[in-house]
Amino acid sequence: MIEIRNVWKRFDDNIILENISATVKEGEFVTLVGASGCGKSTFLRMLLGTDSPSQGSILLDGKAIPSEPDSGRGVVFQQYSVFPHLTVLENVVIARAFERSRLGFLWGAAKKTAREEAAELLNIVGLSHMLHRYPDELSGGMRQRLAIAQALILKPRILLLDEPFGALDPGIRADMHELVLNLWRKHKLTVFMVTHDLKEGFHLGTRLWVFDKLRVDPQAPNAYGAGITYDLPVGACEPELLEEIDGSLSANKQAEEI
Amino acid sequence: MKRLINVRPSRVWRIGLALLPFAVILLLYISASDARLAENPQDKLLPSFTQMGDAINRLAFEPSKRSGDYLFWQDTLSSLRRLGIGMAIAASLGMLFGLLTGALPVVNASFAPLLTVVSLVPPMALLPVLFIVFGLGEVSKVALIAIGITPFIARDIQKRSLEIPREQLVKAQTLGANSWQIIVRVLIPQLLPRLIDAVRLSLGSAWLFLIAAEAIASTDGLGYRVFLVRRYLSMDVILPYVAWIALLAFIIDYALAKLSAVAFPWHAQQEGKS
Repeated sequence: MIEIRNVWKRFDDNIILENISATVKEGEFVTLVGASGCGKSTFLRMLLGTDSPSQGSILLDGKAIPSEPDSGRGVVFQQYSVFPHLTVLENVVIARAFERSRLGFLWGAAKKTAREEAAELLNIVGLSHMLHRYPDELSGGMRQRLAIAQALILKPRILLLDEPFGALDPGIRADMHELVLNLWRKHKLTVFMVTHDLKEGFHLGTRLWVFDKLRVDPQAPNAYGAGITYDLPVGACEPELLEEIDGSLSANKQAEEI
Repeated sequence: MKRLINVRPSRVWRIGLALLPFAVILLLYISASDARLAENPQDKLLPSFTQMGDAINRLAFEPSKRSGDYLFWQDTLSSLRRLGIGMAIAASLGMLFGLLTGALPVVNASFAPLLTVVSLVPPMALLPVLFIVFGLGEVSKVALIAIGITPFIARDIQKRSLEIPREQLVKAQTLGANSWQIIVRVLIPQLLPRLIDAVRLSLGSAWLFLIAAEAIASTDGLGYRVFLVRRYLSMDVILPYVAWIALLAFIIDYALAKLSAVAFPWHAQQEGKS
């Protein structure tokens, strides 16, 4: 479904990503890991449409992926994903309002249907007792649940997650993993998730991409960009490999710091 | 002994400490006024509270011999009307310019520099221009307030709208929103409490512009009255008027704060957090 062809990304003289090519089928759950600043979030932004490759192309169903966010690609960021001025329920209903009304407001029966639908979805993510609270009254985990519900109400084909659980406690994280996996299976989504937690990458999804520099020039750390150094099917690899990848990531990081 | 920075007064003490400076000032004034009046009963500089009460009683509850109006209320009404209309215009225009320059990069490119330059022009220097263009009537006074406040509100709202996390705008787009829907459902609701904050902050300048305009050319208004009676050294009118202006300003500020808290409960939560 998605084809990535020789994508490069540069900011001035700094090469962030170099020569990335890959194909992703519908329904895959791809986890992107890598050291901070390696360009995995930049890559996600290109899939989202808020950033574009300096060179190369990303194709969705054979056509260039739209260079503007749209309702086919849902997103959850680490924070600021929800609207602070709307209650939990309204945060989800607003998606339907955007879709069904040119002015952005729903009335009468349409509003009622949308509210029922939103309440149902919020029940699935476990927020049914919080419908009329504002996001600032929620815990971090609840806020991310809300962001996920909000991203899913329009049933996008692709769901992009940018370190969605980075700020959460480990226990809550495990719950969130469960939730995301369930929703992924149920809605047959294609998911891309950026994380800096390698274990999370091995635990979730069907495919793991490790972003790292293929070449390092100690005199000019920004002369070479990162590529996909490992592209692994999840579940088929040994714990030793995990350690090896972990080791290589931290080794490169150390080289850069020196 | 606790460090001074850790000593917090209890509730009763807090109220007592808050009232203390007022009481001291009042006491100082009364004793100074008494001393001067004992020396010279005709003294006008520090009138007693009885004299001030008489003056206000005359202005507020007896019709003026010349026009038949109750001058105190007439002045208050005129001033509040000018202030209200001026602030309403400034708030609407400021919101409009601030929102458009904050939300749309194209508009920002052509209007933001202009806005910066305009906001640097001292509004008082434009007052003669306004008198020439609009005459000496109501329009020029309202215009001074509007012109003086609009750039401040516009720049504040512009800054606030740029402070709204970009993630929210991206999120709205992934929910299929067009520009209009983002402005109406995401930006404006979040900017309204900020607009109230900006109005509260600019009320001080608004009063300044109002009183200056009334002092120069007017036939009624709180500012007009204090400048008029200055000629007769009527401190017994000026001081209560100044206190009244301060009270009005306080009530307006308090009402706006309450309005913000009731209409935008989520804003108060955010403020409380940060």
